[in-house]
Amino acid sequence: MTATTETGARYSWGGDEFIFVELAEEMSLQANFRAMAITGALREQRPDGLVDICPANASYQVRYDPDVLNPHTLMKQLKDLEQQVGDASDVALPTRVLEIPVLYRDPWTTETLMRFRDRHQDPDATDIAYAARINGYADEDEFIAAHSGSPWFTSMVGFVAGLPFKYQMVPRDRQIVVPKYLRPRTDTPKQTVGYGGCFSCIYSVRGAGGYQMFGITPAPIYDPTQSMPDFTDFMVFFRPGDIVKFRPVDRDEYDSLLASVEAKEFRIKQAPVDFALAPFLDDPDGYNATLLEALR
Amino acid sequence: MSIEVRKPGLSTTVQDAGRTGYYDLGIPPSGALDQYSLRAANLLVGNDAGDAVLEVVYMGPELVFSEAAVVAVTGAVMAPKVNGEERPQWESFAVDAGDVLSFGYLAGGARAYVAVSGGVDVPVVLGSRSTYGLGALGGFSGRPLAAGDVLPVGSGSGSGSASAGRSVPEDLRPTWSKDVEVRVMMGLYDHRLSADGRATFLDTTWKLTPVADRIGFRYSGAELETVDREPPFGAGQDPSNIVDAPYPIGSIQVPGSVEPIVLHRDAVSGGGYMMVATVLSGDLDLVAQSAPGTRTRFVEVDLDGALALRAERRGRDERLREALGG
Repeated sequence: MTATTETGARYSWGGDEFIFVELAEEMSLQANFRAMAITGALREQRPDGLVDICPANASYQVRYDPDVLNPHTLMKQLKDLEQQVGDASDVALPTRVLEIPVLYRDPWTTETLMRFRDRHQDPDATDIAYAARINGYADEDEFIAAHSGSPWFTSMVGFVAGLPFKYQMVPRDRQIVVPKYLRPRTDTPKQTVGYGGCFSCIYSVRGAGGYQMFGITPAPIYDPTQSMPDFTDFMVFFRPGDIVKFRPVDRDEYDSLLASVEAKEFRIKQAPVDFALAPFLDDPDGYNATLLEALR
Repeated sequence: MSIEVRKPGLSTTVQDAGRTGYYDLGIPPSGALDQYSLRAANLLVGNDAGDAVLEVVYMGPELVFSEAAVVAVTGAVMAPKVNGEERPQWESFAVDAGDVLSFGYLAGGARAYVAVSGGVDVPVVLGSRSTYGLGALGGFSGRPLAAGDVLPVGSGSGSGSASAGRSVPEDLRPTWSKDVEVRVMMGLYDHRLSADGRATFLDTTWKLTPVADRIGFRYSGAELETVDREPPFGAGQDPSNIVDAPYPIGSIQVPGSVEPIVLHRDAVSGGGYMMVATVLSGDLDLVAQSAPGTRTRFVEVDLDGALALRAERRGRDERLREALGG
């Protein structure tokens, strides 16, 4: 059963081993920041019997062993943490800003999307043409300029190993919103740049998917063999809080980047930054410009 | 010591008790879908309860042993044979160097577990030897077994000794039925269902479709009525859409309000479909042994009921350990 607190957060048992907390029903950077702040504080306190702490877009869940940690004690601790964290707008997050090269309208996702037209809202268009049209852009180029023109905040990592969900760092009236496929595909190329609801994502492995497909990146983001230079520490590249700038590339540059991937020399361009929510919300465009300076 | 895979079976993977601690990055627990059968198989051959075994689905492999070993097969009813001669299940037996282990047809349940004394010794990745196929991680080269694979077997980390003829007492052997009751706790997004939708979920006898694998088990049977709403920003238009959220292992998502899916141990860790309930951790074993066509009722229990069930399972595990000297 679920219980709602005065902040609007909803607490629910997920069977005998999980507690699920929805901080807000709709997506916002504020809700995401609260989820990160609460799960960050919980990591520091980490009570015995806590197994997994999973922050998500506007929610989070924990897995615990009820034979070690009393479920009601844990539930109370989570509610206390929510109170302590408050609106989290004063929290500064040490993170990184990353540049991800994207070949938009690439041949591989185009071939895949043509195979699944029977599951799409607009069988006569491509995914990107459809997304451009329903979001009011004059053409696909203008849409690509919008998708790659502002940074994105990694609001969740998951679905499959290392897949980042990204939230566009612009005021809501400028955010791109597209539906998911009517029925999910059974195939998506690895490293497809996708879009569903208000989230952009990068598929980390080949497999099923329901997001619209706009392009592909040559940058590996998951490497279970840890043979690439970006993966010496861990096999998953993305962390919640990572800020991403998509950079459109043409086919020639894509091919040359792919060659450097195959030579195991490719590295994702990155720089460390501190992200603070309040100054961003006060002046998103100005704050973004400063963030992206770090990549120069 | 090694095992050569002569025929791989339908989808045979290396699995142990699973890996924890990486679900926040989308790496699920993996591990044996039926954890009780895993423990029983290991204890029978003198291994630690959570050592790596082979999980066999629907159709058995053909395996050749390089040296003498003690083997046990638990889980689904699938008669083991050594050089064509039948051996019992839920009982350890000896194999010699060069012996061929094969299996009869599936006669109940869905997944059998093959433990060998010493344990399957593939590399430990992020704390576990389990295979996560979607992420090509762990197990034998991150994938199901193929003909010609040679599996290393360990020298044994278990406290018990390996001896043939050890047997799980009758009352500690699960039996499999085509009609099952799976206990769940309602919650997560069940408020998105109308009162009728909720009643339909609990009153319907669901039938397991052929879409039943380590990621999830999809059931058919009814459409669930949802509550009307204005979709929240970021959720998507369908009434079953939510802002992408984490999925508990065992949670039951209902895309498009039809065909509920029980997420299992290789689950996607999150996504944008409402979940309306979660299978109790112990009853995930029962789901694992459901073959397509299994008629399934989801029976609601509360947290106290769930904790009582855990205590009962712990008691059964202790009796198993006592019986097998684990």
